[in-house]
Amino acid sequence: MKYMMFVCVDGDPDTDPAPEPDIDEWVATNDAKGRRLRGHVLAPADAATTVRVRNGQLLVSDGPFTETKELIVGFDLLECADLDEAIEVARTHPMARGGRIEIRPFADFEQ
Amino acid sequence: MTTQSSAAAARGAAAEAAADAYPRIVAALIRITGDWTLAEDSAQDALAAALERWPADGVPGNPGAWLMTVARNRALDTIRRATVERRKLRDVAVLALTAATGEPLPAEEVVDDRLRLIFTCCHPALALEARVALTLRTICAVPTADIARAFLTSESTMTRRLTRAKTKIADAGIPYAVPEGPALTERLPGVLAVLYLLFTHGYNADGEPAFAAEAIRLTRLLARLMPQQPEASALLALMLLQHSRRAARRDADGNLVTLDKQDRARWDHAAIAEAVDLLAAVPGDGPYALQARIATCHATAPSPEQTDWATIADCYDQLVRRQPSPVIELNRAVAHGYAFGPAAGLELLAKARAGGALDDYPLALAAEADLTARDGDRERAADLFREAAARTHSESERRALLDRAAENA
Repeated sequence: MKYMMFVCVDGDPDTDPAPEPDIDEWVATNDAKGRRLRGHVLAPADAATTVRVRNGQLLVSDGPFTETKELIVGFDLLECADLDEAIEVARTHPMARGGRIEIRPFADFEQ
Repeated sequence: MTTQSSAAAARGAAAEAAADAYPRIVAALIRITGDWTLAEDSAQDALAAALERWPADGVPGNPGAWLMTVARNRALDTIRRATVERRKLRDVAVLALTAATGEPLPAEEVVDDRLRLIFTCCHPALALEARVALTLRTICAVPTADIARAFLTSESTMTRRLTRAKTKIADAGIPYAVPEGPALTERLPGVLAVLYLLFTHGYNADGEPAFAAEAIRLTRLLARLMPQQPEASALLALMLLQHSRRAARRDADGNLVTLDKQDRARWDHAAIAEAVDLLAAVPGDGPYALQARIATCHATAPSPEQTDWATIADCYDQLVRRQPSPVIELNRAVAHGYAFGPAAGLELLAKARAGGALDDYPLALAAEADLTARDGDRERAADLFREAAARTHSESERRALLDRAAENA
């Protein structure tokens, strides 16, 4: 199954003093296993532009859609057997402790 | 035997076989087809067929196997009729179903299915309330209307909630499996917490009493299926001990009776004996094992005065180290007060209240009042009982606290 993994920041990081996992190692491991198909860090949220069309009119605004402190700072596209495997991949990502990670399955229109 | 009574007997046999076989049939069909709705519908159809046929034809020798065969054939028919878009699923499921046709599934595989189902229903990626509801619906076969009533919501809301949970299981790829290795150690406490929540939902004053019995049945199954997990047995013991008091917990007017005033002859002593046996085989340091040991001290004391408070205090000392919480610290202070004198209790209570988390908790004031009374300061104790009475939201609790205030005035 394909999962989109949104890497987000929020104001409540983990306080465990143990060192965080290494991001390069995380990328290398999951790339090698074929679980991470692609992924990238995004430019800061102030580089975001939001586009909407309402009644045929284009509305372009500055900044991200979200109005909270939680912002998407990166993404990874995963291929995993099931949600438990995706959770395991997310758990070992350093940002699981610095922020939070949302795993969203691709909708399956075959079923 | 008249036709009418044999029809009633057949209906009774069908209902009994259903209670036992239904969850196993659903579990097996989910494993084979991966489709929760199809599995439940097919099992329901099989039950309906049994209720129609058995009163006339007689109850078959192995009702569970009969139901399984009919349910499997219904599932197979439904899949065969399914649309072309679903061809892939259909092919896989038809293969699996026809391969298993005829013979009932081997016992271990069946047992394994139910365990898988428990872990799937209790997956942490589902909302807690959905986990409890799904467990009741799928594993205990409790009607949606009853679950809705227990959760104080409408049947249509509960149906939507259950559907959403089942959809998430399918869409998000929640595995139909018991996790292995370290993942099992991580996942099991969540499963036990759901079962305990189910139990307390049945045991609480305004809960659905049947849920407590269902929770015990399910925990018994889990403990039997996972003998290497002592906390499952410990939770079963804890539930049995609490449930053993159900007949003595209310007076003739329906008011709750506190532990020290209960008629101990009305406790279920067979359940207590079973729990004590279970606990004897469980190492003592898990949170449920510790709580069950505390409950054992209460359940096996011949009178409130003969309660083994020193052991209870020791269990709370361990529990507070494992799961520090203000309420556990409060209970620990009370236990120490009974074991080692009111002054020792008051000292620990002051520490428990230092964080401020117990400020709005009437039971903390009541405990302080009780310890103060036993410490000899009756005037201050009466004030504290009155203050606790003013804070509580329960009318029967308020009356009991005002009685204690009057005793000390």
